Amino acid sequence: MIKQHYQSIVIQTVCSLLIPFIQLFALYVIIHGHYGPGGGFQGGVLLAVSIILQRLYLGSKISYRKFSPKMALAFGAIGMLIFGFAGVVPLAFGGAFLDYENLPIFWVHGAELRALGILIVEIGIGLAVFGTLVLIFDSLVGERW
Amino acid sequence: MVIIDLFLSRYVYFMIVVLLAIGLYGMLGKHNLMKKLIGMNIFQTAIFIFFIEGAAKRGGSVPVIDEILGMEAAQYVNPLPHVLILTGIVVAISLTGVALAFLLVIYRTYKTLDDRAIMANMKESAE
Amino acid sequence: MRWVNAFIILLFVALMLYATVGLPDHADPQAPANVHVSPTYIEDSVADTHTPNIVTAVLADYRGYDTLGETVVIFTAGLACILILMKRKANDKATLSKHRHSDRM
Repeated sequence: MIKQHYQSIVIQTVCSLLIPFIQLFALYVIIHGHYGPGGGFQGGVLLAVSIILQRLYLGSKISYRKFSPKMALAFGAIGMLIFGFAGVVPLAFGGAFLDYENLPIFWVHGAELRALGILIVEIGIGLAVFGTLVLIFDSLVGERW
Repeated sequence: MVIIDLFLSRYVYFMIVVLLAIGLYGMLGKHNLMKKLIGMNIFQTAIFIFFIEGAAKRGGSVPVIDEILGMEAAQYVNPLPHVLILTGIVVAISLTGVALAFLLVIYRTYKTLDDRAIMANMKESAE
Repeated sequence: MRWVNAFIILLFVALMLYATVGLPDHADPQAPANVHVSPTYIEDSVADTHTPNIVTAVLADYRGYDTLGETVVIFTAGLACILILMKRKANDKATLSKHRHSDRM
């Protein structure tokens, strides 16, 4: 149960300084998954960790006002929808399921379009993992919402 | 000498077998459900390490194509087990989350996590 | 019970140690897992997808269907966590009070 807020000025300052950098690093990990270690799963976990750190030091009342569990559910569902549409939309344009070369982005062709499709899918995976992990944490900690 | 050679070429597998045995002991020998869950996680981790060990190649670099190293397959380690284990780790995390949720419900219902007490309670309420 | 467990674990360890004899050596480039499909992935991924990171290319492109199912699995796990743990209190009093009383006695 996370009921009490930490009144310590050190913890508040360090956490509030750290969280934006964790989120920025998470975005870097998601976007940079093409050229180095990284990708949707790792970046999504980092994003979820930033929200969980906020839950830990702010307490549930203020933290739920900033980022509610319903928003986490919405983020997870949006991530799943992005992945699903990246799979279904090429079907409508004459390709196979998850065949990114047939995505309707007409000014990019061939392998470049495949790289773009991988980026879209990675963003979808990142959002889904982010939402799900925050959701698991919230339901395990057991606050009503 | 043969035994030393065998050990040097197989020592990672022996460590993995030790981890598997620890995980199996946690699942079989412990009566606390939480400890059973920890044993299952150790078992899973041993299997992940086994796959990653199978991906290693002597003289292979990380599986990110580098212009200096060229395109030959011998220059990079096998990327396929890395992919499988990446998905496997995420499934293990979600499995752990659902298992913890079940443990919470069991604890709230029976006020204990000991499997013998839970079985006795279930038998009692069935009669 | 304790001796049965010890016997099962010893049997398991013996089986695994027997199986390690047939496995390829540590970091063998000619191991069967390293020569079957993975050279194709390594050699073709840049030409096919313009993605230097082979793991990302295999994860999201060659085996995208696998990843889709896996994302469904983790999202379902999150939904299952909510469904298991939310709104327990209404159920508690109706069905589970019997257990608690028998526990006390």
